[in-house]
Amino acid sequence: MKFTEEHEWLRVDGDEIVVGITTHAAEQLGDVVFIELPDEGVTVSKDDEVVVIESVKAASDILAPLDGEITEVNTALTDNPAAVNDDPQGEAWFFKMTASDPSQMEDYMDEATYQKFIA
Amino acid sequence: MSDFATTPLFAMHEAMGAKMVPFAGYSMPVQYPMGVLKEHLHTRTSAGLFDVSHMGQVRLSGPSWEAVALAFEALVPCDVLGLAEGRQRYGFFTNGAGGIEDDLMFARRGDDLFLVVNAARKADDLARMQTALPDEITVTELKDRALIALQGPVAGNVVATLDPRAGQMRFMDVADLDLSGHAVWASRSGYTGEDGFEISVPAEEAEALARRLIGDADVAPIGLGARDSLRLEAGLCLYGHDIDETTSPLAAGLGWAIQKTRRPGGVRAGGFPGAEAVFAEIEQGPERVRVGLQPEERAPMREGVSLFDAEAASAPIGTVTSGGFGPSVQGPISMGYVAAPLAGSGTALWGEVRGKRLAVRVVDLPFVPARFKR
Repeated sequence: MKFTEEHEWLRVDGDEIVVGITTHAAEQLGDVVFIELPDEGVTVSKDDEVVVIESVKAASDILAPLDGEITEVNTALTDNPAAVNDDPQGEAWFFKMTASDPSQMEDYMDEATYQKFIA
Repeated sequence: MSDFATTPLFAMHEAMGAKMVPFAGYSMPVQYPMGVLKEHLHTRTSAGLFDVSHMGQVRLSGPSWEAVALAFEALVPCDVLGLAEGRQRYGFFTNGAGGIEDDLMFARRGDDLFLVVNAARKADDLARMQTALPDEITVTELKDRALIALQGPVAGNVVATLDPRAGQMRFMDVADLDLSGHAVWASRSGYTGEDGFEISVPAEEAEALARRLIGDADVAPIGLGARDSLRLEAGLCLYGHDIDETTSPLAAGLGWAIQKTRRPGGVRAGGFPGAEAVFAEIEQGPERVRVGLQPEERAPMREGVSLFDAEAASAPIGTVTSGGFGPSVQGPISMGYVAAPLAGSGTALWGEVRGKRLAVRVVDLPFVPARFKR
């Protein structure tokens, strides 16, 4: 698993990369009450705002971590945004994407580095 | 956090694992480990304890009740003189244009007036009173007292168990109580739409009293996050957001706090700052009105969202002043101002969220019915 400074996690799953937010990010956000996911099939550039996540406190954007295409979104989150607080690094993934330049993954932190980053 | 003032309960908040944030110059708990959503629901079903010691507590005293009440009437459009011993009212300071300088609670305790004003406004309020009130009226900020709110359907039982006299208090009554050996001033009021008390206690006794109350299995400490969603569901204004210096009492839907005695034709009509403007608005009606707003979709419409009367309209007809997620309503809720002709319940409007126009409906306030002890 790789981690971004924006507190996203990326997990390679075959040809796809699964993206969500970290446990640390979910704790900081507080209770999540609304999620807007991108359309499946849309082409994105790294740092595009692709997900809106609103907690009881505020709205935040989730950025595309890589250039590529959104292949699947976790529609279960739209009906149950609280899943992000319950299982942020498991069931509550946001979207899957294919990367047009997989080497962009190398820019991101491994878990030990991320843990130091948030410490 | 050294740049921020602390309340007498600061150490307790930290010990209880609260997340502290700056608010109105104070370091305040925004939430405890329970989290905003559960804290909100706990208050609606049981009882929540809130530290509101950042708010200003002020005593006005003078040669007689009449002198104090009439002097204070020069600053607020409310019937102060008619306030009975042991009763409290909601009111506001007005400015020359009839705008709201601050909203407040004022209670009669013997011949004195006891005020609770907003933290962010207390310095201005004190300056205003010291300048405007005659020399015979003494204005004292009670810096040595903390303020604790206990709110929720179980709050009445919790307080009455400690002092049975609390059981006799109705909404907006004030009384001296003895809570586990702490001599307090309590009012039956709050900012959640629930039954409950606001308890003024000497600062050095605040933590012992708070811990005694939280020791009750039904009581949990609640942070500012839930305080905000509770008051929003209750349709109550937050100063600096839903009301400010540019908002008139009528537009804000607070005309009920201007009693007959101070209105045109009343025995003490006018005589407060901006009376002319307020009277003109009583006559003609306000141009914009505060309303409840229910987004039709799930996206919350927060403060600052522009409102339109048609999906393609270019000029906004209003603005959201408070908005978020209502845990008891289980959906997004907002308050805001709209042009008076569009203020009717059921009016279909659009709010612009992240560049998209989303449907929103004007609804009656409050979102959750008040459960005061009448």
